[in-house]
This record gives sequence, structure tokens and C-alpha cells, in this order.
Amino acid sequence: MTVPTTPDTQTAPASAEQRVNAGIGRSVLRPDGIPKVKGNFAYVSDLQAEGMLHGATARSPFAHARLVSIDLTPALAMNGVKAVIVQDDVPGTAMYGLEHRDQPVLCDGTARYWGEPVAVVAAEDPETAKHAAAAIVMEWEELDTLDDPEEADAIDSVFRRVKVRRGDQDAHGEVVIEGYYEVGTQDQAPLGPEAGLALPDGEGGVDLYGTSQWVHADHEQIVAALGLQPDQIRCHPAGIGGAFGAREDMNLHIHCCLLALVTGRPVKMVYDRAESFAGHVHRHPARMWYRHEANRDGTLVRVQAKLLLDGGAYMSTTGAVIGNATYFAVGPYKVDSVAIDGVGAKTNNPPCGAMRGFGAVQSCFGHETQMDRLAAELAMDPMVLRRLNALQQGDPMSTTGQIITDSLPTVDVMDALVAMPLPDDTDSDNPLHLPGGTGLTTSRSHVRRGVGYGVSIKNIAFSEGFDDYAEARVVLTSVGAEVHTAAIEVGQGLVTVCAQIARSALGLEHVAVVFDDTSSIGSAGSTSASRQTQLTGNAVLEAARRVREMALERIGGDDLTDAGVWRNGELIMSLDALYDAGPIEFTARYRHPATFEADENGQGTLHAGFAIAAHRAVVEVDPELGLIRVVRIDTAQDVGRVLNPQSVIGQIEGGILQGVGLAYMEELVIQKGKILNASFTDYLLPTFLDAPDVEAILIEEPGEWGPFGAKGVGEPPTISSTPAVAAAIRDAVGKPLNRVPILPEHIVGV
Amino acid sequence: MIITMTINGGQRTVEVNTPTSLLNVLRDRLELEGSKQACEQGECGSCSVVLDGELVCSCLVMATDCDGSTLTTVEGLGDEDTLHPVQQALVQAGGVQCGFCTPGFVVAAAALFDEHPHPESDVIKEELAGNICRCTGYGAILRALEELAARP
Repeated sequence: MTVPTTPDTQTAPASAEQRVNAGIGRSVLRPDGIPKVKGNFAYVSDLQAEGMLHGATARSPFAHARLVSIDLTPALAMNGVKAVIVQDDVPGTAMYGLEHRDQPVLCDGTARYWGEPVAVVAAEDPETAKHAAAAIVMEWEELDTLDDPEEADAIDSVFRRVKVRRGDQDAHGEVVIEGYYEVGTQDQAPLGPEAGLALPDGEGGVDLYGTSQWVHADHEQIVAALGLQPDQIRCHPAGIGGAFGAREDMNLHIHCCLLALVTGRPVKMVYDRAESFAGHVHRHPARMWYRHEANRDGTLVRVQAKLLLDGGAYMSTTGAVIGNATYFAVGPYKVDSVAIDGVGAKTNNPPCGAMRGFGAVQSCFGHETQMDRLAAELAMDPMVLRRLNALQQGDPMSTTGQIITDSLPTVDVMDALVAMPLPDDTDSDNPLHLPGGTGLTTSRSHVRRGVGYGVSIKNIAFSEGFDDYAEARVVLTSVGAEVHTAAIEVGQGLVTVCAQIARSALGLEHVAVVFDDTSSIGSAGSTSASRQTQLTGNAVLEAARRVREMALERIGGDDLTDAGVWRNGELIMSLDALYDAGPIEFTARYRHPATFEADENGQGTLHAGFAIAAHRAVVEVDPELGLIRVVRIDTAQDVGRVLNPQSVIGQIEGGILQGVGLAYMEELVIQKGKILNASFTDYLLPTFLDAPDVEAILIEEPGEWGPFGAKGVGEPPTISSTPAVAAAIRDAVGKPLNRVPILPEHIVGV
Repeated sequence: MIITMTINGGQRTVEVNTPTSLLNVLRDRLELEGSKQACEQGECGSCSVVLDGELVCSCLVMATDCDGSTLTTVEGLGDEDTLHPVQQALVQAGGVQCGFCTPGFVVAAAALFDEHPHPESDVIKEELAGNICRCTGYGAILRALEELAARP
């Protein structure tokens, strides 16, 4: 992988901005890299406070049961236990939820999923807290477990139904392809555990440092659940060990705050790995029925689908996820007759919510498999068929009818991918290069190679009328500038990009990013939906431009550098003196182009922006043993404009491996609502030896509204890499394989 | 029981009265929080340390078995002003994102380079296959260590 490091001076902005070394377009190193390699970057699970207590959680052992009685006395009797709290002790609405506040802070008398928190304990040390939580006596009456989303659909136990009808519903093509597809439950599995440290302020309020993707959304829910005033809770951005969607919903946050309020002491909670699997939402498992009709020349005529996603017991973001799955169910293709029905089912399975790709992942596996099967039926090259039907800028979205005004280089992306050289065949019998690896279970002569493609489209930022904005503040200091934001840096590199944007806009090198709590700055919105570079990035850009203007206006200068303000090539005031003369700062709030709710047929301007990605997978399979090795993934991605090449490549490579994981390794095994593999031993994550070589081509066609034309890059790598790997496995073994992850038994046919 | 260990060149003594892991003692008793607790099962390598010359997951080692041992943790690599070459290479190549796996990778890679100063790519992958990274897809980590391995 080559990472370009030279700036694109052709399209760089004004001259003062070109002069900046660590501005946009360069692989500026992340400021938190050094503390992270030294081991002294503080994650929430590392935080300590004087006199702090430790929290632990008692959970439901059943997916659906009535809590007949609960006896806290054995826990309260333990030495060192300071508080035990149940739902009745929660003072406010005692409910929370990201889209809809449907989840009780603690079990309200009925447990609706396995592992639902029932009581929380605070004790002097973590062991005592755990023992106390285990000592709580709960008597349950098991209820019928609704674990089949089709049954839930039939009895109308759903969070949301989404309907799309567009064009002539009687249109028909000459060729019909019907298929049924399934996607298993994937887990974000961030390495950092869920953690929180709540510090009581002595006046009835709390400062919370918690794992989060959006502190202002946490704040709003905590305040309501605990019946407090907004200024009594301050949520602080803190060190997050990865997120991928798992931190959008709260889990231990309210528990931690309440225990701190009740005990008057700092309270820390950290989930262990098993608890983490039960304690955060997952990617929705999906069942999908597709029907594509096309003419013999390959033109798509009609796409019909029913998509059933299992939202589990509480809503989380199921409404938006099923919306995305439905609106992107056709993929990046033009078709005039469309009928899609999306259902977000409500069951007693573990709650599902956000994970990288957010609904588009599931339907992409469906539509891309359909496109491959259609190509095979028509004896066409699968990429020729895709290119023939490619959706482009100016076209209406096939589902919603929205005219696409954002850049959409679908054809460029496809062409760039197809033009990439395929790797040579290998005769290596080094076990590291064979499916099954050092287990030495196969030999080269048994291995078959396959090649497969996937192409995807994803919305950038929040959709369907959501008031989506980000606030950022730029403050001039005596040595440079500070960017203030409450946006969450989860590891993706927003901290670097914000500083780069500010440097380029200010013309200053010395820029630091400061993460502010909810009382100090307005919301940056969620670190999700590939949105922060575009949203917070734009807020930083505007604030920095205004600060530069204000600095120049103050004393009639014509240039600003780290030395100070200049006029006609002469330094007229140092930065230090400028700072002493009075503060210069600007707070900007950026809103992306408005979106709207759909009409009753799913039609309207629902999305603010779009991004395309395409993947080609090369795999090797031992069909007798069902063993798979992904040799290589080539990709082309619509990135708008590259602000930090190293970060973009990092998102692409990391996102691809999560897509590869879903294709053949990663699945939460759930039986009667209970997760059977809640550990890193049993939930398989790709290791170094599973990681394919990746080569990426970045397609830079500036987007409509991102800073300097940049588009979000985080999710697209995860979306079409999965169907590409599945298609490559099908190519190798010649079986339909309609479910991911593809497991050895699916290949062997047991 | 009282256990004494030589950690990163200095002698540390701690009283351990419960059956607990070396990782917990490092993190909770000795303020060495660089070693991360992520899976508690020896699957992810985030808690990697070098114990008496051997790379181990400290979450799988009983603290009471470490009396008299010599230990290197991530805090013992590099110093205040200078990064260990592995640390420098990871920062430079973009091998760090969320960073939670990073201390484990640093310790494991440093141990590898101590033994093989010029490992081939396959050796790097195999030796670090016990360390899980969820962010990078391993590409930037590999580039960092390949660059280091190619140095004379």
C-alpha cells in the first residue's frame, strides 16, 4: 500500500493556507500517537479518583421473564457494599433510549432480553461489588421468548415498517432472479471495554467520563432519566478504545451517575468482556427476500425486496437502521420500478443498533448477490452489468426518487477497481499462505481460488429530517490557536483532521484540539454515519476562517502566521501582543443541507450526501474442509477530497477487515435470546494472519458540502467488502452460499 | 503474600492477598496502566508483557507466581524523551488508531525485534497473530514493522 504524502497544491485553497506544513492533504501524524504507544494515554477504564467506589451489575439470566421478587439484603449485608439500586430507586423518568426512550434504566419488573441490568451495586473494591451483585437473590417466572423475527413481524411486534414504492408497479423484465439471504449478528467488538467514572460535585450534580460517541445525547438522556436539571450533569469526552457504533447507546452511564449521587463518592464501572457483549447493542441480523427483473441486455427493470431486521428487545436506533437498509436496498443502481418493504422487528433477542455501515451492510449483501446471479443468468461479466446500471450524479435515487446532487463517481470507482491488476496465482505451500494456516490441514493441490466483486452506496450524516449539526469553537492563543469541540475521537483520527483544517484556514501551524464537556460547548452530533469530518470539519473551517478575519481586521493586517499579523510583508504585531489586546474566538455551528421525512411511499429528499465504494476479493478455499483464506482485497472509494491520506487508508484497511470478518468469521451465536459466545475465545475476530493484502485507489471528486470537498470515509469500506468476499468464495466452490458469515459447514455441505 | 518483582529495571514490592492476575496487580496496585485489560482470556494480547524473558499475556499469569520475576511492560520501553524504535515506527506509519491494542503490540513487537532484528513479513504476522487490533486491519502496523525490519 502506498500512502501519498505530497499535498495536492493544485486545489489547495488560498496562498496563506498553502504555506502551512501540517494542513490539509498531508499525512499529519496524530497528536495522541505518542501517548498511545507509550501506554500513558488515559482510557476511561484507566481513570482513577480519590476515594472511588466500584460498580457492578446484576443481570437477567433469561431473555423474557417476570421478576417475581428480588432480595437485596445479602448484598447490602456485605462488608464494603455502599449502595444497591433497583429501578424503583431511579428518581426521574427512569427511561432512556437513543431514538425513543423505551428502555428502563434497570429492569422494570419484566426482563425483555438476556443480560438486561436488574440492579447495580457500589462497593469499596471491584471484587466485593461483583460478589455483592452475584449475591442478590432474584426469583423469576419465565415467559414465552419471542426470538423469531418472522413471528414478530406476523404478530406486528415491530419498531418500524418502511415502505418504498416508486414507478410503475406493473413493470416486468425478461429475466427474473429471486433470492433469499441472511446476515448473522455481528458485534463491533471494540477492544476498549465499556467504562465510566462518575464524580459527584457535592451539589447534587455529576461529572461523567464515559465511553461514548455523542456526549450531548448521553447528557440529554441522563438528565431526563434521573430527573435533574441540564446543568447538573456534565458529560466529558474521554479516552475511547474503539467504537464502531457500540458507544452510540448508553449502558452503564446512568447507573454510574446514580450510584455516585446516592453514595456521594466517585464511582467507576468497567464491563468485563462477557458483560461487554451483553451490555452493548449489535449489528442487526437480517433476513431478506429479493426479486430482480431485467431485460436481456442487462438493464434493470424492477427490484422488489422485503427486508426483515431483528431489532431485539429495545429500539436503540432500529428505526434509522431499517430506514437505511430499505432506502439503500437497490444499491448504486438505476431502476425505475421499485417496491421495498423494510421491517425492524421487536423480539426478546439482544438489542441491536448501530454498527459501521448501519443497515446498508445487510441490504448490500442482498443486492450484490442478486447482481452476481443476474450477471450469471445473462452470461455477462458481473462488473459490466453493474456499470451498465450505475447510478450517477443527477439521477434520482431508485428508492426515494431524490435527485442526487452530491458527487457520485460510481462509474469512475468501478472502472478504477476493474483496472487494478489481479494477484498472480501462487504455488506456495507455506502453511501461512494456505487456508487453515499453521494447522497444516490442507495442501496447495486442494485449494481453489475465486474472485468476487461488491459495490455499495451509503448516506453520509443523519437523514430523514433529523436536525443534524455540529458546533466547534476556534480560539486564538498567544502561541497559535485551539479548536474546541465535544466531538468524540474514538480512534478514527478526527483529532488530527480538525487541527489540519484549522491550520489551513488560519494559516497557523500551532493548533491544538481541546475536547470540551457538554456544559462548555454545543453538540458536535454523533461520531457516526461517517459524518464528523464533514460536520465538525465544516464547523471548524468556518470558525477558523472567521478567527483569521477577526485577527486581520483588528489591526488592518493582510496575513497571519505563527509570528503574528503582517501587513505588506512586515510583521506589525506578534501573536502574543494580539492575544494580550483581547480575546479572539468564534463559535460556528454547521448544519448540512436539510433532509426531510419520506412520504407514504418512501419518496423525498431523505439524505444529505452519498459515498460509493467498490471491492474486489481474491480468496482461496479448500472445498473439502471448508477452509477459507482471503488473499487480497482491492478497492476504489469515493472520498471527495483526501484531507489526511494516512488516516483515509487507515479507515479503509480497518473497515475492510471488519467486512471480511462478517463474510466468514464473525457471528454472535444466539439461542433462545441468549448469547452463547460472549468472549474473544468464541467470537472470532480476524488476526494478523487473517488480514488480506489491501490496495486502495482513492477517487477524488469533491463532494457537495464537505470541507474542501471531503467526504466521510469510515463506513463504505465495511459495506461492499462482505459481498465481495462471499462472491469470491462462491466463485471458488460453485455453491449458492446465501448467508454470511460463510462457515466451513456451508461450504462442505454438512 | 508479599511479592517482589523487578519491573522495568526497578524493584517493586506488593502484598497480594487474593488470587488475582499479574495484569490486575500491574494496573490496580502498581499504577502501571499501560497494559490493557480487554479480554481477560489471553486472546487479544492487549496485556502483553515480557516475564523473565518470555512474552506472556499478563491476564493469564497469577500474580503470586511472579515473586522474584523480572518484568518489562510498555512503560519500560523507550524513555521520557526517546521512543523505542517500535513505538516510533508505529506512530510514523499510522499504526495507531484507538490505541487500546497498541501497548500490547509494542511489547510483542519489541520482543520479536530483540530476537530477530530483521524479521520477514510472514514472521511479523505470525509472531503478532496473538495481538488483536480492531481498528487498523493490521496494514499500517505491518508497514511500520516492515520498515523497521528493513533498517540496516
